[in-house]
Amino acid sequence: MTESATGMRRGLGRDLRRLTVFTGKRLLALLVTVLIGVYLTIVIANMGGQVDDLRLAQIETTAAEAVRADPAFHDLPSEERNELIEEQVALEVDRLRLDEPFIWRSFDYLYQAMILDLGRAEEMHSDAGSREVYQIIVERLPATLLLFGTANLLVFFVAVFAALGLSRRYGSAMDQSVIGLAPSSAAPGWFYGIFLILLLAFIWPLFPTGGMVAVPPPEDGWAYAASVLRHMALPVLAMFISQIFISIYSWRTFFLIHSSEDYVEMARAKGLPDRLIEQRYILRPTLSPIVTSFLLMLIGLWSGAIILEQVFNWPGLGTLLFEAIGHRDTPVIIGSVVIFAYLLAITVFVLDFLYAILDPRVRIEGGRS
Amino acid sequence: MSPWSEGLRRLRRYPSAVAGMLIILALLGTAIYAVTAIPYSEAQKLWRGGEEWQDLPVNASPAWTDRLTGGNAPPTLSVGADAERRSVAPFDGGRIEERTLHFEFDYDDFPSELNLFLDAEFESRAPFVRMTWERPDGTEVALGSRRVGARERVSISQDSALEARLGQAPQVGLFSDADAAEPEVMPGTYRLVLETVHFEEEGRLDPELVAYGQVHGLFGTDHQRRDLSVALLWGTPVALAFGLIAAVGTTITTLIIAAAGVWYGGWVDAAIQRLTEVNIILPLLPILVMVGTLYSTSIWLMLGVVVVLGIFSAGIKMYRAMLLPIRQAPYIEAARAYGASSPRIVLRYMVPRILPVLIPTFVTLIPTYVFLEASLAVLGLGDPVLPTWGKVLHDAQAQSALYHGFYYWVVSPAALLMLTGLGFAMLGFALDRVFNPRLRNL
Repeated sequence: MTESATGMRRGLGRDLRRLTVFTGKRLLALLVTVLIGVYLTIVIANMGGQVDDLRLAQIETTAAEAVRADPAFHDLPSEERNELIEEQVALEVDRLRLDEPFIWRSFDYLYQAMILDLGRAEEMHSDAGSREVYQIIVERLPATLLLFGTANLLVFFVAVFAALGLSRRYGSAMDQSVIGLAPSSAAPGWFYGIFLILLLAFIWPLFPTGGMVAVPPPEDGWAYAASVLRHMALPVLAMFISQIFISIYSWRTFFLIHSSEDYVEMARAKGLPDRLIEQRYILRPTLSPIVTSFLLMLIGLWSGAIILEQVFNWPGLGTLLFEAIGHRDTPVIIGSVVIFAYLLAITVFVLDFLYAILDPRVRIEGGRS
Repeated sequence: MSPWSEGLRRLRRYPSAVAGMLIILALLGTAIYAVTAIPYSEAQKLWRGGEEWQDLPVNASPAWTDRLTGGNAPPTLSVGADAERRSVAPFDGGRIEERTLHFEFDYDDFPSELNLFLDAEFESRAPFVRMTWERPDGTEVALGSRRVGARERVSISQDSALEARLGQAPQVGLFSDADAAEPEVMPGTYRLVLETVHFEEEGRLDPELVAYGQVHGLFGTDHQRRDLSVALLWGTPVALAFGLIAAVGTTITTLIIAAAGVWYGGWVDAAIQRLTEVNIILPLLPILVMVGTLYSTSIWLMLGVVVVLGIFSAGIKMYRAMLLPIRQAPYIEAARAYGASSPRIVLRYMVPRILPVLIPTFVTLIPTYVFLEASLAVLGLGDPVLPTWGKVLHDAQAQSALYHGFYYWVVSPAALLMLTGLGFAMLGFALDRVFNPRLRNL
């Protein structure tokens, strides 16, 4: 008894050690990937000299503001003050090596982007009044997470369980109709959103046409939550409609392939109940591909978010990007791309990590594969 | 029988595939018709708007939806003068001429606008015209008088003095009983009498009255009076070309790169793998948005970016897994034995082998890109000159079409997008079952 316990503990320790090694490796690899991705973004964004122009404009305003705000310079004649500003700008240009070739400076930009120092917005500001791009973006993040988290979880769980049910009764009318409906997922969520707004907000005004809470927002916490829920209903429904059938279809096919494995047939022959077969013989071995596809779906949906949010006027990252396009606010657009890249990288990391936990091969070989 | 015709034969057994192919054929037909009927430059010019559309109403809904719901809203009536010119009083060096424009009006609703276009020909002294409106019951309304320039547009419906006199908007007041509390269209023949004083012997005046309707054609018009059928027609070739080129460009290059990676192995394979991982992290839509904002929103540039970013897509991993066992296949060894070069092996032996597996993916990918183009347009990053479905949706969105009840403006481009998506998806799903042997018996 004691021997097996120590053995288990040793096994656990070994697993943990290998998991840590694996995680560390993946983290490093992803960091490098984000680094390259962000660098590419900077190169793309800078091809028109945009980033440099932005920097220069920013330096000029900061220098001018600093000189004007300083009471020591108030009595100076305007020419001298301008000279002073120019001097400051020249100093700053020198410090930031703006007169140096782009290739050197690009690494500097890269560093700033990586530590999420995204600069100041040209036109926009956060609701709290900050003009830091980072603040503007972070303020919008929770709304996006709320909407897309809810919709994705809903689609995922409904699809997996519906698919399990269908795979048990494949060929039935229900099954056939789901296959028939699968092509409806060719259209993205925002597309269904337009129709839902038309039907459920204009023709039968059951739901609000857009936004996140009623105006003015309710004081009471519960009323506030209820209002958010009401506003969420249509966008979540739109995403649900556009995703659900294709998800059920692909899960169903997946489960069908796996439920014809020999060990499942064996379990059936033994007379085990259906529930047990589903949980232990089908779901358990397929868990890692399921998680993989869930996170891949998340990756795909980060992009789709932009337009869905705009259609529903949901105050998230997508709407932010849309507004930034309207204002031609380059720092915000570049900042959003960087943030999106980080979000995708985090998603991929979570995927790898879960994979490591779920897939015994990774645990045993320590990610050598 | 070759595997292709065998596949096609099997495909005919799926009704959804047949329906999908019919939809695609219909779209192709529309696209070819659009390109031949309205040349590229003509389409751009038309969509820029302006003079061509001055005879069309603003935001008119399609005629057929109105008729289907039992309505009888007026279409646009364009009335020229009667042939008869009654010369009233010739005088020295000129004449007074009376011309009548008449038209039947028995619709249930009022026109949306009323404009009179006057085309005058004279050398130095412009003619002078007095306009009188005559309702079917014989009552007359004076529409005032004015000197006419070479090309004049008299906006009767925007005449505020007339509106004050009638107590209603002119296009309502002129078409209804003056004393009725609730204005109702008075059916019958309306007359507009123009009494023109020409100060020159050769002077001429060509009037045209346009009573703008509430409905127009098959697809209605937008806020700039443009006929939506132009955009909906021309959107078809644009959408198909974008979807097709993007899908071909990404899948074929991806496949070739995956095959090359598998064949050469070593650092080539490693580099391709790492590039793919980087590419998964690059967010496509935000990058497109960035490119569109910083450079140009030309649809061809967007297409280029989509293809370039799609080259190292996640598909590479899948193709790699499929190609790895093929690399060891005896027929490849045979090819090597007879001295085939590496590019030849990659392009002629490895790629064609998994092409059938790729076809369903490829077909289902097309609508994704069609919707991507629409998405960009809805974001306001549509091609600046070409009419596309997405741009129609964007205009509708920008003009709050749903709020104002212009449902047709949103529904028709959306329906076309949906049709395209469904057509390709239905075909793709059926193809998947035909070409993917693993799924065939499910």
